[in-house]
Order: sequence, then C-alpha cells, then structure tokens
Amino acid sequence: MSLWNKHAIFEKNSIILIIGIIVMISIGGLVEIAPLFYLRSTIEQVKGVRPYTPLELAGRHIYVREGCYNCHSQMVRPLRDEVERYGHYSLAAESMFDKPFQWGSKRTGPDLARVGGKYSDEWQLQHLVNPRTLVPQSIMPGYPFLSKNELDTADIVNHLKANRIGAVPYTDEMIANAAKDLKAQVNPEPGRGRPREALRQGAGPRFRRQPAEDLGSGCADRLSPGSGHDGRFQGLRRQSQLPLRRGAMTETYALLAGIAQQFGVVFFMAIFLGVVAYAIWPKNREKFNSAAEIPLKED
Amino acid sequence: MAGHTTEDRDHITGTATTGHEWDGIKELNTPLPRWWVNIFYATILWSFGYWVVYPSWPLVSSHLTGVIAYSSRAEVAVELDALKAKRAAQAADLGKVELAAIKSDPKLLSLAMAQGKAAFGDNCAPCHGLGGAGSKGYPNLNDDDWLWGGSLGEIHTTLQNGIRSSNDDKTRISAMPAFGRDGILKKDEVRTVANFVRALSGQPVEAGYNAAAGAKLFADNCAACHGDKGLGNKELGSPNLADAITLYGSGIEDIVETVTNARAGVMPAWNARLDAVTIKSLAVYVHSLGGGK
Amino acid sequence: MSIQNGYRSMSANEVAWAIAAVALTLLTLFIASKATDPGYAFHMYVFALAGLASVIVIAKRAAANVPVNPPQEIDGKPNYNMGPVKFATIASVFWGVAGFLVGLIIALQLAYPVLNFDFAWIQFGRLRPLHTSAVIFAFGGNVLLATSFYVVQRTCHARLAGDIAPWFVVLGYNLFIVVAGTGYLLGITQGKEYAEPEWYADLWLTIVWVAYLLVFLVTLWKRKEPHIYVANWFTLAFIVTIAVLHLGNNATIPVSIFSPKSYIVWSGVQDAMFQWWYGHNAVGFFLTAGFLAIMYYFVPKRANRPVYSYRLSIIHFWALIFLYIWAGPHHLHYTALPDWAQTLGMTFSIMLWMPSWGGMINGLMTLSGAWDKLRTDPVLRMLVVSVAFYGMSTFEGPMMSIKAVNSLSHYTDWTVGHVHSGALGWVGFVSFGAIYCLVPWLWNKKGLWSDKLVNWHFWIATLGIVLYISAMWVAGIMQGLMWRAYTSLGFLEYSFIETVDAMHPFYVIRALGGAMFVVGSLIMAFNIYKTIVSGEAEEPAKAARPALVPAE
Repeated sequence: MSLWNKHAIFEKNSIILIIGIIVMISIGGLVEIAPLFYLRSTIEQVKGVRPYTPLELAGRHIYVREGCYNCHSQMVRPLRDEVERYGHYSLAAESMFDKPFQWGSKRTGPDLARVGGKYSDEWQLQHLVNPRTLVPQSIMPGYPFLSKNELDTADIVNHLKANRIGAVPYTDEMIANAAKDLKAQVNPEPGRGRPREALRQGAGPRFRRQPAEDLGSGCADRLSPGSGHDGRFQGLRRQSQLPLRRGAMTETYALLAGIAQQFGVVFFMAIFLGVVAYAIWPKNREKFNSAAEIPLKED
Repeated sequence: MAGHTTEDRDHITGTATTGHEWDGIKELNTPLPRWWVNIFYATILWSFGYWVVYPSWPLVSSHLTGVIAYSSRAEVAVELDALKAKRAAQAADLGKVELAAIKSDPKLLSLAMAQGKAAFGDNCAPCHGLGGAGSKGYPNLNDDDWLWGGSLGEIHTTLQNGIRSSNDDKTRISAMPAFGRDGILKKDEVRTVANFVRALSGQPVEAGYNAAAGAKLFADNCAACHGDKGLGNKELGSPNLADAITLYGSGIEDIVETVTNARAGVMPAWNARLDAVTIKSLAVYVHSLGGGK
Repeated sequence: MSIQNGYRSMSANEVAWAIAAVALTLLTLFIASKATDPGYAFHMYVFALAGLASVIVIAKRAAANVPVNPPQEIDGKPNYNMGPVKFATIASVFWGVAGFLVGLIIALQLAYPVLNFDFAWIQFGRLRPLHTSAVIFAFGGNVLLATSFYVVQRTCHARLAGDIAPWFVVLGYNLFIVVAGTGYLLGITQGKEYAEPEWYADLWLTIVWVAYLLVFLVTLWKRKEPHIYVANWFTLAFIVTIAVLHLGNNATIPVSIFSPKSYIVWSGVQDAMFQWWYGHNAVGFFLTAGFLAIMYYFVPKRANRPVYSYRLSIIHFWALIFLYIWAGPHHLHYTALPDWAQTLGMTFSIMLWMPSWGGMINGLMTLSGAWDKLRTDPVLRMLVVSVAFYGMSTFEGPMMSIKAVNSLSHYTDWTVGHVHSGALGWVGFVSFGAIYCLVPWLWNKKGLWSDKLVNWHFWIATLGIVLYISAMWVAGIMQGLMWRAYTSLGFLEYSFIETVDAMHPFYVIRALGGAMFVVGSLIMAFNIYKTIVSGEAEEPAKAARPALVPAE
C-alpha cells in the first residue's frame, strides 16, 4: 500500500518522470551497443577486406537509392540450408566499411552477399534491364532506366571524404585520385578491351588485388570443411594494398573505440558497484523481502 | 494516497478508485492479476536460466559464454558434417569415384543426380532456365548441340573452369573477331557473309545476295574456326553454323550483329564457388538432360 | 500593440518566428542554387516556400488583429486550442488513405510485377519505403499529434502551451512528411528501414520534435490536477525515446551541404545494431507507447468506465519502456551480430510479453460493466478489437523472437504478416476509433454522420485484415519451410525461384485483403467529411468548445 503511493513522485513531477524514462531507456541501448565497439570478438580478424573503390561506392549508392534492400538480404545466416544455397555464412568483417549496412530483413529475392561473380556480367546487365527474359518466374522490377542515366561523378571525392570521417581508411592518395580511379575502373584504356575486361583489371594500383594466396588465409579455420571456401570469399577478395586489420584502422575509429571502451568500463563498474552495495546493505533486506511480495498483495 | 481516505468506489465492480479524475476518467485500484504476475516472473526466471546456458552478458573485455559454450557458427559446422555423413552413408564417396564410373552404379547415379539437380536450381537455372532450355545467349542444355563438347568429361571441364571466366586461368577461351567494328569487313561484306551463314542452315537469303562473294568471304574469314562447311569446332568453342540451332538468333539482323560486334558469352568458373563433388554431380545431371554425348 | 487602427504591430514572439522563417527561406534558397541534385534543389525550394508562407501567415495574424495572448480560460473553463488538433486529424485521414493505397499498389506489384512499369519513381524499391513511412509516420504520426495535443489539454484541464508553436509542430511535421515522401520517389534515401529520410529531413524533424516535446511538457506544467494522467506518461515516453532513437540512428556525415547524400557514422555490425535498436523501438515507442496513450484516454472515455487497474498501469508502463529497448537484436538473429547480443534480444523479448499484455488487460478490462456497449457502439467495438489485435501481435512477437522460430520466419512474409496484424489491427483500428471519437468532439457535432458506415468500415476492414494476415502466415511459413526442405538423399529440395513462384496465390489474396482495408478507409474518409460539413450540431450547452459555453 505504501509503496504504490511512492509512485506519486513521478506522477506529480514531469521532470522526474522524464529522468525516470531516460534512465530506463538508456540501459538497454548502452549494454547492447557499447560493447560492440570495444569487444574485440565483434569483428573477426580477416585479411582481404578493403574499402570500396570509387566506382563500387557509386554502384552501392545506386543499390541503396533504388531500395534493393527492401527485397534482398546481404547476410547469409549460419544455417545449414543457407550455407548450402548461398555459400559461407557472412562475417561481420565483410561489412565493416558498409555505410549503411545492407543486411536486409526480407528475402523476396535471394540473398546477394555472395552473388558477385556468380553469374556473368552480361547476365547481370540483362537481368537488371528485364529480369523476366532470363528468369520467367521472377517478380523483380525491371530497371532499364539505369542503363540510360548518366552517372554523376562530379563529387565522388566528397563521398570518399565523408566515408573517411566515418572511419573508412581511405588514404589521401585514394581521395586525390578518386575521380580518375572511377573512370579507370569503368574502362582503363578507352578504345581497348570490353568493359568486362576493364573491370577485371581493377582501378589501377591503388585498389589492385593482392596475390590470391594472401586471401582469406586468416579465416580458413572458420570455414566448415567441404563448403568451397574460395568462392565463398569472393566477397572478401576486395582488397587493397593495405593490410586492413584492426591495427590499420584510422585514428578516428581507434579513438571512438577507445572512448567507448573507457566509458564502458566506468559505466559497468559503477552500475555493478551500485547494485552490489544496494543489495548487501543490511537495511535493505526487509525492503527486498516485502518488495518481492508487492505484486501479489491485495492492498 | 487520497483514494484510500475518501474511499471513492466504483459502483459496478465495487473496487476503490485512486481518487483522481482526469476529464471524467477515473482509475480503479485493482490489484495486479495473479496469473499475469506469475507468468511475468516465469519469463524472467526462464531468461536467467537461458543466460546461464547460452552466451549472454557483455563484460569489460569479453562476454559470458554460457555453460555449453554455444555458438551458432560452431553449430552449423556440426550440422554440415552430419549432412555430409548422411550423404556418404548412402553410396560410395562420389568424390573418389571416377566420373565415368558413376553412371554404372545406380546408387551413385541417383545420388549424383539428386545433388546435381539441387545445385542446378540456384546456380545454373538463372541463365539456363529451370529445365535447362536456355534463352538467347544462354545455351539450351537439352539439345545435342554443344559449343565446347557434350561428353561427360567436357561438360565437367566447362563447369569447373567456365568459359571466358575472369577468375580462372584454365578457363575455356576463344574470341571471335568483331569483323565489322574493327573494320576487318565492310558493312556490305558483313551482310553478304551473314546471308551465306543463313544459307548454310537452309534459310532464305535476301534479294541481291551474291552467293559466290559470300562463299569467298566465309572461306577467307570464318572457315578457320567454323570449318569449311561451317560445322564448327568444339576445341575452339566455335558453333556449328549449319544446323538450326543458334545461340544469338538466326535472323539476318541477328547474324549481322554477331559478325559486326562478335559475341563472347561468359560462363563463370564454378570450381571457385562449388566444391568438387557438387561439380561432378552437376556434370552428371547436365549430361543427363537430354543432349549428353 | 495598439488596436485602434484595426491592426496591431507584431509581438516579439511573432517577430522571432518570422525571423526564423526568413532565415530558413534564405538559407534554403542559397542551397538550392548550388544543389548537386535536382531532387535536392526541389526540396530546398519546398522549404523556402514553406518559410515564405509562414512569414505571410504571421504578418496576416497581426494585420487581422488576432489577439497576441489568447485567454487561457473563458468563463472559468479552459480555452482549449483545438486548431492544430483539427489539422492533424484531417491530415491523418488523408495520409492514411494515401499510405494504404500505396500499400495496395506494392502488394499488387509483388503479385503482378508488370505493374512496376519499369519506371524509376514507382518501382517497388522506392514505393515500399513510401508506404511504410506514409502509414507509420504520416498517418500514425498525425494521429499521435492530434490525440496527444487533445488528450494533454483535456486531462490537464489547460490550454496548449504556446500559440504559434503547436502550429509549427503540426505543420512542420507534415512538411517533413512531404519532403521525406517525395524524396523516396526521387531516389533520396538513407537506405535504413523506417529511417530512410536523408540528413536534412532528419535535421528538420529534430527541430520539430524538440518543439513538440516543449509544447507537450509546458502544457503538462499548466495542469490543474496534481497527478499526470497515465496516457501522458506514455506520450512523454514516446516523445523522449523517439528523439533519442532518431539522433542515435541518424548520425550521418553529409557528402556536402549541397548534396542530399550522406553516410552513416556507424558501419556494418554496429550500424545494424543501431538500426534495429531504432527500428524495433520505433515499433515499441511510436506504434506502441504512443498508441497505448490513445487507448488509455479513448477507451475509458468512450466506454464511460474507469481504467481497470492503476497499479497495472504503473508496472506495465515501466516494465514496457525498460524492456522494449533491449529487444532490437531479435531482428538480427543468426546474423553476424555476436551471439551474446542475440541472446539478450531474445530473452528480453520474451520478458516483454507480459508487460505488453498489461496494456491489453487494462484496455479490455476497462470495459467490465460496459460490455453491452459493444453491440450498440461500433466505434467502441473498433477500439476494443484493436486492443485484441494488440494482444495477439504482442504474443506473436515474443514467439517469433525465439531463435528457433525466427530461423524459419525471418526474411519471409510471416514477418510481414506479423507487422500487419499489429499495424492494421492495432494501430489502424485504435486510430480509426480515436478519429471517430475526435471528429464530432472537435467540430461540435452530436455524433458521426453515419454509425452504419462505421459498422461497414469495421467489418470490411476486419475481413481484409484476416485475409491479409492468414495469407502471409501461410506464405511465410511455406516459404521458410521450402527454403530449408531437404530431399531424402540429403540435398536441398527447392531452388529459390521455385519458392517465389509458390508465393503468387498468396500475394493475390494479400492484395485482396489490402484492397478491403483501403475500401474501409475510404468509407471512413467519406463519413468524416460528411460529419464535418453536414453533421448535426451539438446543442450549445453541451458543446465541447468552451467559447460557446454559457457561464454556469
């Protein structure tokens, strides 16, 4: 009876009510989000993940713009059928430069995490323009307008810069050459070779592939036997000459992670000490005993 | 609270109100339903139990791993191994058997067919169709016309290394010149040779077509790869031009386009994506689709 | 502030608002002149136009001699400010019909892909965010603005705080809706579900939201009853939490001030966690806490019964807001999010079950002693059925958060069905109920133009919901089972495209259900229109508008 009356403090004072609300809603978010920044196990140590090339970044922008994520996931779950259907389950490391992440929440169409290289480039082009000429049962919209739109590359430098502020490790050199690299990846030497071959050759030395044997070695032990690792990690084969591991992350990220870690330690220690002190305080025992009974009391 | 002193009671339920009123709305001081509280406690209790068993609370430099050290990634590895064992238990190991020997063992064959069919639907059907009938630019696998050969072994090689695949050094490669675009043939020459190709497969030619010129152009430019009679060469992946089957259309404009800009369809190399046993099974499955030699 | 000339000079308050509007106009015109994207330039012109219109309206207020400080009370009764409430009510009906219609279109696109017309603006990928935003933020948001401003005035027995501010909140919010919605069609999106608006729209919403919080809070301070009513606890939790979520999830770095594009500060797995911390609590606080506030006022008011249990409202309020925040990771089961976080998401979702049902119990049991009214009052029936749907969805939700169930349901239409049983059944019906209550009260009518039409709306929409969610259950569970089906030899039985093919009949049934829901909403719009223009006026003595109430 008396304890119920204590709630009046919230009902009579809107500021105390707001403070109560903020305290209640902060705890869950802090406990679930902050550790993702400071726990080292969150992102696997994998070699071979590199930031997107300028052309890839522009393509990703179109993927986001057209709302592809509404029907396609980019997240192979560690479930038997998915690993068999789509390939190795997705790692957190694979999307560490994805802003925003595009894991998706609905598969009206299949997962796309490992679709790169699965079908020929011609197929992808034709399928985007008119999916039902290739897959009669498909319910995907056609995107013929994409083949007519001119790609606006004027401010690609700013796109890379914005990503760098968000801790994507683009070098000064990469940013300075962004527009050049973008065009180079479309067609390295105009007049020679088909676009497909141009793509194969990459965007010049800044984003050049590493020798294949260096790839995926860091995660071989994560792969289940017989699941065809090589192809599974095509997604991971976007590399740069940067050995991108935790150590190579930009200072901004390290700073953020550092703050989160420091803060996390202090925060949890404070909560823990507070709870322990409160719980073992002798005066409180009776309170706890009666509190446990409150909900069942009639009055 | 004021409600308890003034004892304002609801006349229908007989329960006391809290004594407050907002725009005519009052609140009863009904106790919490017992079943509600009990289930709420039960879910909390269950959660505590779950936290003990499974990975849960984050700590300063790690997190609680739970008494069974569960991991969804470890679990799927176990499941995949079990699946492999299940398949292995049904017949000899497909991976170790010679490709040609599979057909002679009914058990092995049905296993390979089942695996091939399963892999075909998600990996091959997007280009070749669910039934393998193909479409323009994507060969029909049901007929007996094969660009790179239709024997079990040839199909197997094509599957493994692909055709003009960008990530396989042993991929099947051939390049038809872009006769028109690169200026090897003039526009009217392209048209003439296209008519010759039409005639090869018994199709009508355009009015004013010079058959002798066509034959000469073909012999000089095309025969090296497609053969004198246009029967094609499986070593080079050059198609038979004398049959009724064409990958990019047999209309005059289709052929003019082919001769002008060339065609270079790409098939991915699957050994980078699928494991050896699956590719073996796929070869058996594709071979059985109707056109296998 | 002399009145002798028929007009007065602008008050300091008005001058401040006008300066802000002029500043907005100039700034957006400048950005528009240098914008890198035509859609972005268009949006800047929209802002400029809105700023200009605001200046004119404020100047006209002064010219028309609208009193600077309207009386707080007239004849001892609060002089309620119902203008913004009326606007938001009508806006909610408009956006509701529009949003449901877009939903019907995209449902048909999934059944008949030719309806995408291969045209950028109306293809599924752009229309789907338009649908979700139109129903959640445009329809739901306006319902929340209307009801929260109405309820806070009535339960505090005080006039809404501020004079221009409430209008700024309502109009500014709808400006945000217009910018966000047209942005999707033009391809301006952040690519985060339910948080698609780009950085400048987010910034604008932040300003509007702070104003909303202030108007609400200051009105609370003016209350006559010392205790704050439970509906207002929920509204306050909704406003505060949405602000926190919005800021956390939309931390972006614009490419430049002249570009609509921005990149989220977070990346990959952390961004995923931020997104579903936001996304799940958009459901928890926007679509649940906010609408529970509606339930806590309109159900007891309409049934004319006291709220069932004050104690239950305390426990379920605090438990709900505390537990909801944790449930986000259940949207990321079996993803690359660490297992520990998934465990927390799942267990807290389970614990959330009873606190959610606390709201249902309080809503349903408030009718004890008044159940007979369900037979005669279709509006009350709508409100009660909405609470029943709430109970159903909040049972289904925790069930689907169990990892074993989720591994089947995730990525399938089962999720879509679950969302719609909550969205159409709970949010939709409780909103319709509130609108049906509000319109006669706001426009001083004896009642609705036609109760019979409410009945038609109720039954058509209910049948539509049943068709919709049962089709999605079957489709989702079937697709989930087909994805994981293995042959006796141990190989996948179906290719992906075969599962797509199997969905077709259910997509048709779903579209049919959706069409019925749209028809219902059109009936409502017609009924509301007729009520406002030709409903029978309330007798002055009982009128809600205090201005017309004679002194007692």
